[in-house]
Amino acid sequence: MEITAATVEPALLDLPWHLPLEDWPSENIAALPKGLSRHTVRFAHLSDYVIAIKETLPELALREYEMLKNLGKIDVPCVEPFAIINGRTDASGEPLLSVLITRHLKFSLPYRAMWSQGLRQETATRLVDALALLLVRLHIAGFFWGDVSLSNTLFRRDAGRFAAYLVDAETGHLYDKGLSNGQRENDLEIARVNIAGELMDLVASGNAAPGVDPVAVSERIVTAYRELWTELTGVQIIGPDERWKISQRVKRLNDLGFDIEELAITSGGAGREVKIQPKVVDAGHHSRRLLLLTGLDVEENQARRLLNDLDQYRVEHERPGADEEVLAHEWLSHSFEPVILAIPRDMMGKLEQAEVYHQVLEHRWYMSEEAGQDVPVAKAVQDYIVNVLAKRRDEEALIMPNQTDEFTLPTPIPTGTITVIDDDEVDWRDLV
Amino acid sequence: MASVTFDKATRLYPGGTRPAVDQMNLDIADGEFLVLVGPSGCGKSTTLRMLAGLEDVNEGRILIGDRDVTDVAPKDRDIAMVFQNYALYPHMTVAENMGFALKIAGVNKDERAQRVLEAAKILDLEPYLSRKPKALSGGQRQRVAMGRAIVRNPQVFLMDEPLSNLDAKLRVQTRTQIASLQRRLGVTTVYVTHDQVEAMTMGDRVAVLKDGLLQQVDTPRNLYERPSNVFVAGFIGSPAMNLLQLPIVDGGVAFGDTVIKVERTVLAKTNSTKVTVGIRPESLDVTTGKGLDVSLDVVEELGADGFAYGTATIDGVATEIVSRVHGTEHPHAGDKVKLAVGEGIIHLFDVESGARLN
Repeated sequence: MEITAATVEPALLDLPWHLPLEDWPSENIAALPKGLSRHTVRFAHLSDYVIAIKETLPELALREYEMLKNLGKIDVPCVEPFAIINGRTDASGEPLLSVLITRHLKFSLPYRAMWSQGLRQETATRLVDALALLLVRLHIAGFFWGDVSLSNTLFRRDAGRFAAYLVDAETGHLYDKGLSNGQRENDLEIARVNIAGELMDLVASGNAAPGVDPVAVSERIVTAYRELWTELTGVQIIGPDERWKISQRVKRLNDLGFDIEELAITSGGAGREVKIQPKVVDAGHHSRRLLLLTGLDVEENQARRLLNDLDQYRVEHERPGADEEVLAHEWLSHSFEPVILAIPRDMMGKLEQAEVYHQVLEHRWYMSEEAGQDVPVAKAVQDYIVNVLAKRRDEEALIMPNQTDEFTLPTPIPTGTITVIDDDEVDWRDLV
Repeated sequence: MASVTFDKATRLYPGGTRPAVDQMNLDIADGEFLVLVGPSGCGKSTTLRMLAGLEDVNEGRILIGDRDVTDVAPKDRDIAMVFQNYALYPHMTVAENMGFALKIAGVNKDERAQRVLEAAKILDLEPYLSRKPKALSGGQRQRVAMGRAIVRNPQVFLMDEPLSNLDAKLRVQTRTQIASLQRRLGVTTVYVTHDQVEAMTMGDRVAVLKDGLLQQVDTPRNLYERPSNVFVAGFIGSPAMNLLQLPIVDGGVAFGDTVIKVERTVLAKTNSTKVTVGIRPESLDVTTGKGLDVSLDVVEELGADGFAYGTATIDGVATEIVSRVHGTEHPHAGDKVKLAVGEGIIHLFDVESGARLN
């Protein structure tokens, strides 16, 4: 057996690598929800974190490991590759498949586990919006995914929205010269069909709230993607007295969460018009600013929310000699940290800290509205803990009581006797 | 169904100096199974992606039937990429899994049912249409995934190394299944592989590419028996054809202490004093008579037959040479033997251009 790993983790050797993943004993398995996969994928505890293990062929494992490493380097949101193991054999010396190991992304959820009462249309829409943003970022980076789907994405809560992370890079290619329109269109079409299929399946399983329209949601990926793509890469023609439109464009991109690293400005006919086109854009406008000011590393929309709160704090506490950094530091110790410290230790695994802070702000707003006056933060926090947080499930590494139906499409095996175990006999013509 | 035409189609990557696919001219007949094969970087996948609309065509045109699709979006080309990592949905029936894309496309229910039924019949899945995928075997699940492509009734199927994620044994099985399915469906299919055995066993015709240039497109048999240049000669066949640079002598070319007869008109086509002679391993016999002295390094037994790998000195240069031998009665590693040219075709190529001479 041969392990290639980014970091040395001796506990890795203690896992039962001599068994096919399907046969691993339950004490090794972390029952986390997952998407649909062609391969056997299982989660396991390793030291104090959780790893995702996928059985696959050695060359595919290596390819995906390298691909995830490269995507990480160019700062695309994706899972972190951890190790590959080749040359596994069972007790009788028969070869077993190689495995690719990735770190489980804390506080992430697959779409199938997003809502315990069933996925609602608006949640589905927000998931698709997050996926559209991820796809745009991947395409800007020159990555053709080839298998865009909700199953191949993990989602983190992001202050009322979601942040999407790429999980499966098996079919992807990085093109250093960028993608053709055809490649982007193809990814979009794959996304549209896969999302519709995944949501139809969710409806068929009874895990979607009434009213979810798979086709409408799937079409949203196309519109959301196109809007973003145009905003991020489109050429804009500006008249001689419209120079303010340049800063307007920059501001619009900032609001979308992007910084412009390079803007191409070309003067048109007779120097009267100029054409502007963002050449290099960088996601994470708000999260970068928050990180610089406070050291907090959070999702983009959470950062936007926290920065709003921080800006409000600055306005209220502005005084000579106190610059932005000083006030940011004060906000951190006077506003942010007291809320986080008020959360009982046993509830820390329910939500990320930034998400808790965002929810407390929301909660306080609702409480104040109801009371017709400002509710103190301390009171809002306590009410939030008792009435909201305590009732939530743990999402740091969500354990499912009834694990989501796992289903794999294995490589073809010789057809033997077929056991038909279907119970709900229906005429298929009613279903197509 | 339709024919496919590459008309001087060229793909030059931005910033590149040499086209990834250079002036490709290729006519694929309606219903044909055409395999694109070649070593890594030869342009075979780029060619397929140009047809799929994933790569821009910088020069030339691509036609599906009579329709110029050079600038048409991938989804509007009426093609299907098969084996594209289809997931099966566990809560949907086999029929739903096969037909849901038609539903999204707004195809009416009767038409959907009709197309799903037709595909299921071809795939031997009719009895399972109302089952869930978990009740199926692995092979049946794979066929359901293929059904998803088939129900769309595309004009052309495209397959890019579809077997690359299977182990060797399954690769052979699935290879046969795909080839027979394609023949039953009769849909024009373009298939990319780096594996010449796969290419030779599956394709009606095989197009061999190297450095973005089409080397030869022909039936598997013709590629094997009449390779048009030294590259194709060396690429097709396993073990590869022996390609020996032999001196031209009176009446032919010198092969050890014997002469392989070659017509004067053939040798007149080259200006060189040497010629590249291609001899397949099955055309070389161990002899007690005249021939080429070979010292054997390895003898591989494969059952009914085997291969003897050895080294000969030709014109002072140590040259590897392989010949097919009997499965049990054969010389051994370390033996010094003489090889003579037996039955079979001798291939002659120009040493400079590599072009076929005979």
